[in-house]
Amino acid sequence: MPILEVDSLTVDIDGEAGRRRILDDVSISLEAGEPMGLVGESGSGKSMTLRSILGMLPPGASVVGGEIRFDGRNILTSGPGGRFDQRIRGTGISMVFQEPAIALNPVMKVGRQITDAIAERRGLSKKQAHDLAVELMDSVGITDPDRRARHYPFQLSGGMRQRVMIAAALAQEPRVLLCDEPTTALDVTIQAQVLDLFRTMHQDEGLGLLYVTHDLAVVAQLCSSISVMKDGQIVEHGVLQEVFDDPQEEYTRRLLTATPRIDEGVDDVGLAEETR
Amino acid sequence: MSEPTTSPTATGATGPGGKPPRTRGGTASRATPTARFTLPLPAFLRRHNLQLWIGAVILGAMVLLLAIGPLFVTDDPNRQDLLNTFAPSSIAHPLGTDQLGRDVLSRFLHGGRVDLIVAVVAVIVPFILGTILGSLAGYFGRWVDIVIMRLADIVSAFPFYVLVIVLVFVMGNGMGSIFVAISAVSWVAYARIVRGEVLVLREQEFISACRASGLSTPRILTRHIIPNTVSQGVIYAMSDIVLNIGVVVTLSYFGMGIVPPTADWGQMMNDGQQYMGTGNYGLILWPGFAVVIVSFALALIGDGLTNTLKPKR
Repeated sequence: MPILEVDSLTVDIDGEAGRRRILDDVSISLEAGEPMGLVGESGSGKSMTLRSILGMLPPGASVVGGEIRFDGRNILTSGPGGRFDQRIRGTGISMVFQEPAIALNPVMKVGRQITDAIAERRGLSKKQAHDLAVELMDSVGITDPDRRARHYPFQLSGGMRQRVMIAAALAQEPRVLLCDEPTTALDVTIQAQVLDLFRTMHQDEGLGLLYVTHDLAVVAQLCSSISVMKDGQIVEHGVLQEVFDDPQEEYTRRLLTATPRIDEGVDDVGLAEETR
Repeated sequence: MSEPTTSPTATGATGPGGKPPRTRGGTASRATPTARFTLPLPAFLRRHNLQLWIGAVILGAMVLLLAIGPLFVTDDPNRQDLLNTFAPSSIAHPLGTDQLGRDVLSRFLHGGRVDLIVAVVAVIVPFILGTILGSLAGYFGRWVDIVIMRLADIVSAFPFYVLVIVLVFVMGNGMGSIFVAISAVSWVAYARIVRGEVLVLREQEFISACRASGLSTPRILTRHIIPNTVSQGVIYAMSDIVLNIGVVVTLSYFGMGIVPPTADWGQMMNDGQQYMGTGNYGLILWPGFAVVIVSFALALIGDGLTNTLKPKR
């Protein structure tokens, strides 16, 4: 049974121009230990899908249909009073954000931020929380974690901050990790290190990974399956190699050809044509 | 124009034909002529928060004076000596005596203590109240925001002194009334400042990250939202102390603040102004001067803190 199932999720948003459908019949099925890439252009609904899964839709947006099942339970209605089950956040599903520079509290030491949620839930003492933070920071490859835990975000480099974010997301041992373009803001070498970290995580810990990006190269390196989104709909889904080798949809084909490859010439008839 | 001012000094110091090669070598080695005349001050300012230091030193000196002064000036500030009124400064009375023969220095020191304590304490309650209400309004929005901010509008629609005077009038004068009156009015400024900060913070990604990791709303508010807004509140608190000193002194001046015969700068000024015509300027000068100095120091500290307390990214 899949650990996370998004079943024909439909989300509307009330804007100035009236009601608009931003997610239309989106279905995703993620097995434990499976890394899935969710790709698509800006505004295609990738981030909205992630936000819906965590029950963090922006004001005005609401789920009008479908279910989100975590471990077989519909989290949209299993919370107190039939509302979204917020207990799932952190312990069941966690999220790594795009921009580590702004996703950390600037006035709190990173060690405390990593264990803040877990300390609250389990009532850890300061000492216990610090030790746990050091352990987690060590596990995501931060050198000298004991000293780093006492630093503020501005004292850390971008790659270091993203590792801190990942450590914080993993602190409560979630079973699914949502990643919202976590390597976009990093330079290429750091990006490779962070991807390595993700790879070992889903392999060793059996973590389900839903990886949102518009960078197909990253998906190719990390994921085993891929879903392609366009205009709030999933237009194609399949095993990575099959989709890459033989895309069924015209949109996927153009998306693939729009990615420059080092072994081929640049074919710029793809997506660029449409925007012109 | 700076060229002629510096070179005469240089030649003047070395004397005619003293060590001209060194002077010439010095000017020639500098590539840009403008760089030669940059004052060392801006660099020093950048490294040290000069405003904060100057303000802290002035305020610290005044607080020290008020704290330990009464240990040396042992005259009872309220002891009258009607045979020795308007005495000029002497060994016994360094600042002379007032219209009832009371020692002006002793009254100045004791009065300052009262004013500063009231002004500082009267900042704490509005600060806490305003921060809590402002962050609630900003974070939850909707009806919470509407209720709190309309309440703030109502309070601030009244002219400040009219409202304070009415409250003091109703409750009778004294320190307690001053605290209540100031607290009831000045939380509004803190609430507005904090609400604005929270509106910005609420949309920040690290707050989303907190929610995504399952942190409870009270914890997000107390550990992530409020610590990020507190610096703005503290900066405003510095100018608020100044305002409070003004309020206390003004109320006392009008006879609605500190109850006589307890000494206080406002009353001293009120008493003193009646005798300005007879040439006794000292009575109004010293407390007036002290109010200006303390306000100036607090303003400098507020400015200095603005530069220091900005959260770094």
